This record gives sequence, C-alpha cells and structure tokens, in this order.
Amino acid sequence: MKPLILAAGLALAATGAQANKVYVSNEKGNTVTVLDSTTWQVLTEFPAGNRPRGITMSPDGSLLYVCASDDDTVRVFDAETYQELYTLPSGPDPELFVLDHSGSPLYIANEDDNLVTVVDTEAHTVLAEIPVGVEPEGMGISPDGKFVVNTSETTNMAHFISTEDYEIKHNILVDQRPRYAEFSADGKKLFVTSEIGGTVSVIDIAPDGTPTLSYKVSFEVPGVLPEWLQPVGAKATSDGKWLFVALGPANRVAVIDQQSHEVVDYIMVGQRVWQLAFTPDEKYLLTTNGNSNDITVIDVAAHKAIKSIPVGQQPWGVVVAPD
Amino acid sequence: MIRALCLLVAGALLILSAGGAAAVEVRAAVLRVDYPRLAPISRYDLVPEDMGLAGATLADEDNATTGRFLGHTYTTTAVTTDAEGAEAALDALLADGIRLIVVLAEAGDVLRLADRAGPDVLLFNAGARDTGLRDAECRANLLHIAPSEAMLADAVAQFAIWKKWPRWALIHGSNPADLARAEAYRKAAAKFGAKIVEEREFEDTGGSRRTDTGHVLVQRQLPVFTQDMKDHDLVIAADASDVFAPYLPFHLWDPRPVMGAAGLRPVSFHAATEAWGATQFQRRFEALTGRYVREEDYQVWLALRVIGEAVTRTGAADPATLRAYALGDDFELAAFKGLAVTFRPWNGQLRQPILLFDGRINVSVSPQDGFLHQRSPLDTLGLDEPESACRAFQ
Repeated sequence: MKPLILAAGLALAATGAQANKVYVSNEKGNTVTVLDSTTWQVLTEFPAGNRPRGITMSPDGSLLYVCASDDDTVRVFDAETYQELYTLPSGPDPELFVLDHSGSPLYIANEDDNLVTVVDTEAHTVLAEIPVGVEPEGMGISPDGKFVVNTSETTNMAHFISTEDYEIKHNILVDQRPRYAEFSADGKKLFVTSEIGGTVSVIDIAPDGTPTLSYKVSFEVPGVLPEWLQPVGAKATSDGKWLFVALGPANRVAVIDQQSHEVVDYIMVGQRVWQLAFTPDEKYLLTTNGNSNDITVIDVAAHKAIKSIPVGQQPWGVVVAPD
Repeated sequence: MIRALCLLVAGALLILSAGGAAAVEVRAAVLRVDYPRLAPISRYDLVPEDMGLAGATLADEDNATTGRFLGHTYTTTAVTTDAEGAEAALDALLADGIRLIVVLAEAGDVLRLADRAGPDVLLFNAGARDTGLRDAECRANLLHIAPSEAMLADAVAQFAIWKKWPRWALIHGSNPADLARAEAYRKAAAKFGAKIVEEREFEDTGGSRRTDTGHVLVQRQLPVFTQDMKDHDLVIAADASDVFAPYLPFHLWDPRPVMGAAGLRPVSFHAATEAWGATQFQRRFEALTGRYVREEDYQVWLALRVIGEAVTRTGAADPATLRAYALGDDFELAAFKGLAVTFRPWNGQLRQPILLFDGRINVSVSPQDGFLHQRSPLDTLGLDEPESACRAFQ
C-alpha cells in the first residue's frame, strides 16, 4: 500500500497535477468520450451500446460501467483499452446506478419497471429486485454504505433501501420529479434534487438512519424564468462546504452552502446541464451539457467555469478515474 | 377480527414510517360518452375501442405503485355509454359511492353531468375543449384537464408571431364547433397582434372524401377554393369536424404553411414526444396497451394523476379536500411537458404547455419565449383571470 502512495506523490511532484481520465456517456451518440484531466484534450470516443446514460467506475479504476438503457443491460469496459469485457444483468432500461464502496454490488434504477436491481459485479448475478416508485432514477449511497437511496420521478419519493436486507425502510415525499440523491460526506444530510419542483430537498439523517425532511432550497436567477430552473445532477464537496447543483435548461450550476443552505453562486455552463463529477482532488467539477454537446470544467474553489470541451452527441453522464 | 386489523395497520406503519398516513381507498371512474361519428379522414386517426380508458389503466398502475408506500389503494371504474344513457350511467356510479369522475364527453353533456352530480362530486373534464366551460358556463365541481380552444389557438398564435408571420388567412368549417374554433383564432390574433386578412368558409356538404379517386377532386377543387386570397403569411385551418383541414397542405393556391387542424397542430400530447422524460410515459403506455397514446388517453391519465397527487399529499380521498388542494398554491404535478402543471383557481382549468406537432415530431412548444405574464408564462395561453366570466370558483 505504502509504495503506491509514494509513487503517486512522485508523479504529482513531476507533473504538478495528477492526470485522470474523464469518461462521458453520450446518450444520443451511443458512445463514451474519453478526455485527459490535465490537458482537457479528447483522447478518444468509443461505442458504448444504445442510449448510454449512467456511468461509473470500479473503486480501483480498472472497470467502467455504463447503463446501456436501450440494450437493457450494463456494459462493462476495460477503462484502459476501452474493450467491452462483459455485460451485467441489469433489468430493463437501466438509467442510473450506484456502486457499493467496496465495488460490489451495483444498485441499478430500472426506469420502465419501477425496480431497483441489485447486481453482484463479481458473480454477475442479480441479488435482488426491489420494487420502488414509478420511474426510479436517482441513486445515492450513504458514506457508511448502510443505505442506498433511490428517487422515483413520478412517485416523488426518496426510498431508503437497507443494504443489509434490501428492504425499503423509509420513504420521504419530495417535490416533483426527483432526479438525484447525494449524501454529504459525513452522512448527516441527504440532498435530493426535484427537476419540476425546482427545489433541492435537504433531508437530515439521524444517527440511527431515520431521515427527516428539514429544508427546501429554491433558486432565483435574474432574467431566467423560474420555470427553467430545474435541478438535476448534484455533487457535494467532501469538506462539507459546497453542494453543486446542475440546473438543466437554465444552463447554470448553482453553488449551495451545505450548512446554511444558501445559494451563493450561479455558474454559467453549456446548454441543458445534466450530471456532474469531481476530479478526485475536487479541484475541478465537470458538467455534461446535453444540448450544446460539450462538457464544462468548473474551478471548484473559485466557483468559475474555465473551459468547455466538445464531446459526443447529447452528453449525459460523467465519471473521473480515481487516482 | 379486531386483532387482525390492528396487525395489518401495524404492518402498514412499518412500511411507511415517513408518510404517517393511514390507509386510504381511492375510488374513481372514467365515464366516456360515445357519439355516432364518421370515420376520420386518415386511418391514422381511427378511434381505438379503449380510447381514453387506456389512460386510466396506466394511471391506476402509476398511482398504485406510489400508494403502496403510503397505504393508499386506487380503483378506477371505466364506463362507456351513448348520450341518452349518460345520466343513468352517472347515477349508477354515484349509487356505487364513487365521487371522483373523469368525463370524456361533449361540452353540453359534460355540463349536464356536472349539474346532475351536484356539489359533493368532483368531475374532471378530460375531453371537451369549449372555452365556454371555462368562462360563463363554468361549474365549481368541474376541473378541466383538456386544454381549451382558447389555449390551443393562443399556442399557435404565439408561435406564428414568434416567426413573424402575422398575416393570417382563416379557413373554417360550417359546423358550430368549427365556428367556435374560428372565433378562438380571431381572439388569439387580436391578443397577440396578428391580422386575419381574409376568412373563408369550407362548407360541410358531406361527400366521399376517401374514395379511390378522392384525391383527384381534392387536387382540383382546393386550389380553386383558395385562390385570390389577400396577401397572407399562413393559413389557419379551423376544422373541428375533420372535414377538410388535412387536405389543405400542398393543395393551396399560394404556397403557405398551414396551422391549426392540419400542418402544425396544437395538442396536449402525442405519441412521438420524448422530451422531459416522456419516453418513459410512452414506453409504459405502449407496453400496457399495444398502441400509441392519444390526447384523450393522456388527459384521462393526467386527471387521475391529479387525484393521485392530491391524495398522496393530503392523505385524504374526499372530493372537497382534493379539490381544495388541487386549486391551492401547494399543488403542482409533473406531466412530461417540462413545466409543472397547476390549476387556475378562477376557473378550474389546468395550466399546461401545448405541444406544436407536425404529425411526426415536436416542432415547438408554447408558451413561446418572450411571452411573459406576471403569474406564470402558462397564463399567456387561454382565458386569463380578468377575461374569464367564471364566478363559480369565488
């Protein structure tokens, strides 16, 4: 373990920053675009199945998981060679998923069938199918790994699924079309974005895991119709300071103070901003912009967009390789 | 027995923990009145047996899935009748204890049924577009899911003005519904600054529109019918009776786009829309019914989703509570059209975006950019509060 850390330290010293690969799923282009996080150059684009949306990586960075929604499967690629290794049984129309911190299982939202499918990523078997609300979408996992949260877009609930017995333990009603669930790093708060409701619900998590809806963040941008402020993807910094929320057709990312729940900034990005991902050092935040077919790089500390890079057709999800 | 009941409740509470609601049984009905009609001009418009009712089946599934987490159950009874049997059908539903009724009927019958049902029943108009039902003829126990003729005409007008095509030729049919629709377009033109430079009436004389050589006659007659019109940017087809509008594109004397009942059509929903998550709706509907969705299906689905949403948020199933919640500030519902739909508290009309459909894709969605309103851009479509003569909601 130690030599690895040393080696990483050396590499950092030499280049000034760790180069990580960035993988972007292109929903309409049926491809994944790969970029370099130091040069922000596109390295390649490879076929990823039909309607690739959710995208994530194994903890060691060797495997790339892609929800190929229209193929009703999760495709698994070698993160270096981009060769498809195998597929995982996903249930129909997988949209978003979240990986257990250990790398298995994978929790998949099946949008058409009102299910969350739990898949063992090593044995390639389905461990459980959990009936949830209508149009399950957002998937989050608590920092301690005890709960997976699924949001259902038409039922308008956050479902708290125990990772021990795969039973739903709690349901919290939120505003219309909940899209994404993101825990704070300390696990004490859960943020749920509601696209049509135009809010982010802040849910307090008690030490025993009981959730309570405590606050709703709303948004206001001069010159933008309130109807177009539609929260979608969200990412929380691990220092507990900021929550970044993609506002879809408002073409902005909101910056929310995780403690006071105040919206402190709106960052202009590309059109129809959808999902977000940090680089491992949380220096940069990447946004997928579905209508302008690009991603925007945000300087996290400065709350500023610094660059946009064209990718494939209708970029949807983004993941950055771990260090 | 009592013990068994308690156990059941305890079990339900375990699942809930968050909702805190008790078991609620929601019983609704869809009442469809069928009328004798000619076959549509296009086979694509053939009316399926389960027209509208299929939307109820999907809504029941959607509501039940949500209800499972809250201890709410949903049952919707579907009834079809001819106009003569409408009252008896309503009476049977009321006798059965049903107080939430979605109606697919012509305006006159909708009013008849609403008046017969009385104030303890909540009806949802999922079909009739007559603006009058949202105006002087409104009823306190009747909410409108279907967009009005005024909303649909305004949706077209906004797009035409956005395109800077303000000079319209209006061709309308001769039946009362056609004339009402023509009036909606006249008002829309006045509201948004378009000018109707010429009007012509296409008389419904009957005829063999779909015979083997029908197109030969159409091809010769329509250019003659539309020649020598004053200079215009587009043709508005006000044809509620499906008599002539589909023939207008490509057969006009002057090459102009057609909007209204043909060409660019304002609709509440269509089977090709996939924006704002609509793909999921389409897939669920098609898997359930084996066919494409129609506006009536969507409107019935939406009516029952309004009920479902109000039940979910209030934990009640009585008409008074649901009506108050639906008309209140807290109500909003996602409807696969990009914006939350809400009700106009002054006449019970559901605010909603209108899709502009060319038969294959969304060409645009109204309200258009730049048409502003102090309350919501959706209130730029249809009767606004000061214009509506509806007083039943005061």
